[in-house]
This record gives sequence, C-alpha cells and structure tokens, in this order.
Amino acid sequence: MSESILEVKNLIKYFPITKGILSKPVGAVKAIDDISFTINKGETLGLVGESGCGKSTTGRCILRLLEPTSGQILFNGQDIAKLDSSEMRLLRKDIQIIFQDPYASLNPRLTIGDMIAEPMRNFGIGTRKTQEKRVQELLEIVGLSSYHTSRYPHEFSGGQRQRIGIARALSVNPKLIVCDEPVSALDVSIQAQVINLLKDLQKEFSLTLLFIAHDLSVVKHISNRVAVMYLGRIVELADYKNLYKEPMHPYSQALFSAIPIPNPGLKKNRILLEGDVPSPINPPSGCNFHTRCPQALDICRHEKPVLKEHKTKHLVSCHNLDSEQRRCKGTDKTSLPINY
Amino acid sequence: MKTIKDINTGTTPQPLTDEKLEIAGGLWQDTFKRLKKNKIAVFGAIIIGILFFCAIFAPFLAPHDPENGLLKDRQQPPSEKYLLGTDSQGRDVLSRIIHGAGISVQIGVISVGIALLIGTTLGVLSGYYGRWIDVGIMRLVDIMLAFPTILLALAIVTVLGPSLKNAMIAVGIVNIPRFARIVRASVLSVKETEYVEASKAIGCTDMQIIFRHVLPNCLAPIIVQATLTIGTAILEAAGLSFLGLGAQPPMPEWGAMLADSRGYLRQAPWSVMYPGLAIMLTVLGFNLLGDGLRDALDPRLKE
Ligand SMILES: Nc1ncnc2c1ncn2[C@@H]1O[C@H](COP(=O)(O)OP(=O)(O)OP(=O)(O)O)[C@@H](O)[C@H]1O
Ligand code: SF4
Ligand SMILES: [Mg+2]
Repeated sequence: MSESILEVKNLIKYFPITKGILSKPVGAVKAIDDISFTINKGETLGLVGESGCGKSTTGRCILRLLEPTSGQILFNGQDIAKLDSSEMRLLRKDIQIIFQDPYASLNPRLTIGDMIAEPMRNFGIGTRKTQEKRVQELLEIVGLSSYHTSRYPHEFSGGQRQRIGIARALSVNPKLIVCDEPVSALDVSIQAQVINLLKDLQKEFSLTLLFIAHDLSVVKHISNRVAVMYLGRIVELADYKNLYKEPMHPYSQALFSAIPIPNPGLKKNRILLEGDVPSPINPPSGCNFHTRCPQALDICRHEKPVLKEHKTKHLVSCHNLDSEQRRCKGTDKTSLPINY
Repeated sequence: MKTIKDINTGTTPQPLTDEKLEIAGGLWQDTFKRLKKNKIAVFGAIIIGILFFCAIFAPFLAPHDPENGLLKDRQQPPSEKYLLGTDSQGRDVLSRIIHGAGISVQIGVISVGIALLIGTTLGVLSGYYGRWIDVGIMRLVDIMLAFPTILLALAIVTVLGPSLKNAMIAVGIVNIPRFARIVRASVLSVKETEYVEASKAIGCTDMQIIFRHVLPNCLAPIIVQATLTIGTAILEAAGLSFLGLGAQPPMPEWGAMLADSRGYLRQAPWSVMYPGLAIMLTVLGFNLLGDGLRDALDPRLKE
C-alpha cells in the first residue's frame, strides 16, 4: 500500500529576474524553496496554500513543463529531473496533468475527439479504430456523450470542458495525475460534480493523484494526506484527519480556522492573519512565516525551521514545536518584539 | 461562504444537470458575421470580387485583342467601340485592363505566397525557439526593414534580371519581414497558453506542437497581413514594371501600361488614367478588406 510512486527531494525552482539587453540576472523569484514529499501508489496527496505560494510550479516541475533549478524528482525510483527531452517525452505517458483553467487548456481549433485521441496517437497506442472506441468510452466515463466527438471546445461549458481535460489525461492510463486546481475556475455546484467524478475515477482505476487546491474544503473530499504550502515551502504534511483534528503549524491553524463549520453549536476561534503574503522575490529570513505568525519567536527570524515528524506521520516545520522549552518562552508573547 | 460540503459519494458519474451550454459561433463564423456588417469592408470585398471575376473570365469579357491593336485606331478617345479608348498602338485599353487583372492577381498571390512561406517559417523559428535563433533572425529582418522596400526590390531585380517572374520574386522577398514579425509576435503569445503547455504534457514533439497547436491559432493575423500585403505587392510590382524591370511588352500589365503611355499623357490621357485607376482600386480593395478583417477578428472592438 505505502509503496511510493513519486519522491520529490529538495526541489528548488527559482525564476531568474533579468534586466537589460544582456539579460543580466538581478534576482530571482523563489517560487519553490526546497521542498520534499512522497506520493504513494493509489493515494491522493492534497497540496494547499494561498495563491502564488508555488503550487502550480511544483506540479509543472514534476511534469518537467518547467525545468527545476535543483533537486531530485524520483518517479518509480528514476530521477526524471535528469532525463533528456526525448526520454522525458516517453515518460509523459505515465504522468498526466489536469489544468486549472478549462477555458485555456483546450486548443480551440481541435475537435473533442481529436483532442482526447491525441495522447494515444503521440504514444502510438492502439490503431485508429481502437483509439476511436476508447475516445467514446472515455467520454461516457467522464459523463459526456459519444456524439460529442466532432464538437469544438467553445460548444461546451466550463464543467464539461474540465471533463474533457480529464478524459484526455486518462486516455493513456497514466500512473500519476497532477490535478492543478481542477475546480477552482468552476461554479460551486459544478465543483462538486467534478470532484465526485475524480473521486469515482480514482476508486475505479486506482489512480494516484497530486491534488492542488487553494481551499482546504476542496481537498477534504478527495485527499488521503495533505501538504500545506506557504511561500514556496511545505510547512505541514499529515493525514487529512489528523491535520483537520489538530493542525500544528500556526499557518495551518489559521487556514483551518477559516473553514466554516457545519455545526453551529461548535465554536472556533477564527485566527486572522495580518499583513500580506511577502514577495517570493525577497522572502523573509529564517522561517518565512515569521512576519505574520502569531506565535513567532526570536529564533524564527534567523533560523529556518526543518520539516520534522512531531507525531506519527505528522510533519511540521516550526521552531515552536521543536522543544518544550522554547514553547514556554513562545507563549509569553509580550516579550516578543515582532510585529504581528 | 458556500462550500462544497454537500458532495455525495455515489459511484456513478453525475449527469450534467445544471450546466448551461453556452453556444457561441466559432471564430470564423463570428468574424464573417461582423465583417458583413462593415460596409467599407464589403465594398473592398466587392472590388476584389470583380478583380477575380475579370481574372478568370478575361477572354470572354474583353471585347478586343489585348496585345494587337489596329494602328489606324490609335489614340482613340473613349467611344462606343472602345469604351476606355485606345493606346498609342491602337490597343483597346479596357481589354488590356481586363487581361491585366489576371496578371495582377498572379503577382499578388505568388509574391505574397513567397513572403508568407518564408516569413512564417522564420517567424515560427524565431518565436518558438527564441534565444540566439530569435536574435539572429530578428536582426536580419531589421536590416531588411532598414531599406525602403522599393529600393530593395529594385536592387534584387537588377541582380536577377528584368522579367515578371523576377519582379514577383523580388516583391516576395521584400515582404518577408512583415510576415516574420507578425508571426513571431503571435507565436510568442500562443506559446504561453495552457493548451500549448498541455500539448507538451501529452507528449507532442516540437513539430506537432507547432503545426497542430501553435500555427492554427496564429492564422487570424497572418490572413489579415496577407490580404493587406497583396495590395501593396501589386503596387510594388506595378512600380517595377513601370520602370521596365517587371512585365515586358506587350504584356498588358497595369504598371507596364502606364509606362507605355506616359509619353502620350496629353494626347491620350485615358490610356494613362484608366490603368492607374485600376491599380488604385485594387490596392484600395485589398486594404479595405484587410482592415475590415482585422477589426472583425479582434474581439476587443466588438460592441
Ligand atoms: N514563468 C514564471 N516566471 C516568473 N515567475 C513565475 C513564473 N511562474 C510563476 N512565477 C511566480 O512563482 C510564484 C509561484 O507561482 P505559482 O503559479 O506556482 O503559484 P500557485 O500557488 O499555483 O498560485 P495560484 O493559486 O494563483 O495558481 C508566484 O510568485 C509567481 O509569480
Ligand atoms: S517557526 Fe516561528 S514564525 Fe515560523 S511558524 Fe513556527 S513559530 Fe511561527
Ligand atoms: Mg496555480
């Protein structure tokens, strides 16, 4: 069960900022700053965080749609960060992606049939006949009809387009699918339909998913484990249940306190984060959350916390949890000169 | 705040219930609809329609032989027999203009074809691959653009030797930069779209990405540019012919007709005026249609 299919180790992606005609580098957007995680066969790992924290960049690096700056991406033990472009092309059969924006991710000039068959053609799977049959099968699987094959994307609604994107990703039986906020562009009622579809497909074909979302409530319905990201780093990684029951990182606590609770009898203190997310061009030193953290300590400003197991299978990166001693000091907030 | 807490966990895919199907026409249908509303563009299209009609049916439409006239009838003013008069060699101006339409169409299509093919290739290479390929190609294009087109065309024809074929080649070459630039710009923007990224993710090779996903989505600006350029190409080729470097006598090319008759402007003004008018109307037609197409294809101008 817990055989890993993908292992990301110390992945870093900086986008260089260049200036002038000579493209002199003057800085970098630190979109991903050293993250590590694994995805096991058959599970869904949720990846949540605010807009701009590097979720899509992580997904794109895994597919090598972006070249990682450094780090390892082991897919079934093979480091795909080191593959050349033709080897990578062949491996794409095993890793697929569903994009955030269903309006932008379908080529307006191709029919739905051509679009779904394209991955099979690219990898030489089956004959024209069997491809056609598979396209019709897939359309039915995702809840569309086989007569849709000759239509163009503009004839479909957002939710339907996302289903087309899902059918396209499924066509080559991938071993891992990266879902990059597949529902955030859709209406709430349709979000539920699409998430249900993904969930059903996952059960039926025992898919492995990396499910990216900026909203914990979306992740809740589909993920086994969840990684919380902040400004290019993973701050907490745990089973959804444990995370929901007891978020340990101050940032996750704030995120969870923002979810409305169905039971009005239950009261929760809503933790409001102050200030904006700092720029990834010049992230705060030490723990990059210290500018907004209600529990920040002195040490947080100059020392990076490490992602460590604090309970079984519950990883957190926070100085506050590192030692009981510091924890006592940390609760004495009045002694802290940090603005929060 | 609404959340999706009420998701049920049935195992059958949900039917499409409350999703509205938004039917909009495809790009070309919409464009055509908008174009039809633009009276000026329709006027341009009519001129071009007449031009093509003349080009195809010239032998049936022309009342006289375009290349051999009766010397006794030379420099006749417009009359019932010669609707637009005759030139210094007694040839019917109307017949020559009608036959010239075919030559102009040929010049426009072939020279723009050359410019389009080479320009698009360069633009795609430049926009898609970027880096030093882009720098190299764009510098070349800049150098070409630094010369006035007619001078550059003159230089090329002088090297190749005067003939209609060489004039078309020259006009084709001088128009390459326009296409290279426009194609590069649209490739750059299409390259950043998610569907191109998606095509990479589903294992397309560079060639497949370019031909299936990038170029078909750059078509609109290329078509607009081609329409506009046909007009100027005809004008440039007429210019070369006027200087004796393009179509050779007795070919009824409009620029050559101007050159033939320019010495008789006082005695037979009609033999100069009407070919000039034909050139002007043709260029105008292509420009009006091209402008109309550009507006119709740009949804931002949609009211
Ligand atoms: N091609 C790029 N060049 C430069 N910076 C980039 C590029 N792509 C992303 N970034 C930057 O990297 C950071 C992370 O972006 P990313 O798209 O991964 O965020 P995200 O978590 O997916 O956000 P969202 O929820 O809005 O999709 C952002 O600050 C963004 O501005
Ligand atoms: S390390 Fe410090 S600043 Fe960062 S989350 Fe923990 S307490 Fe807050
Ligand atoms: Mg994103």
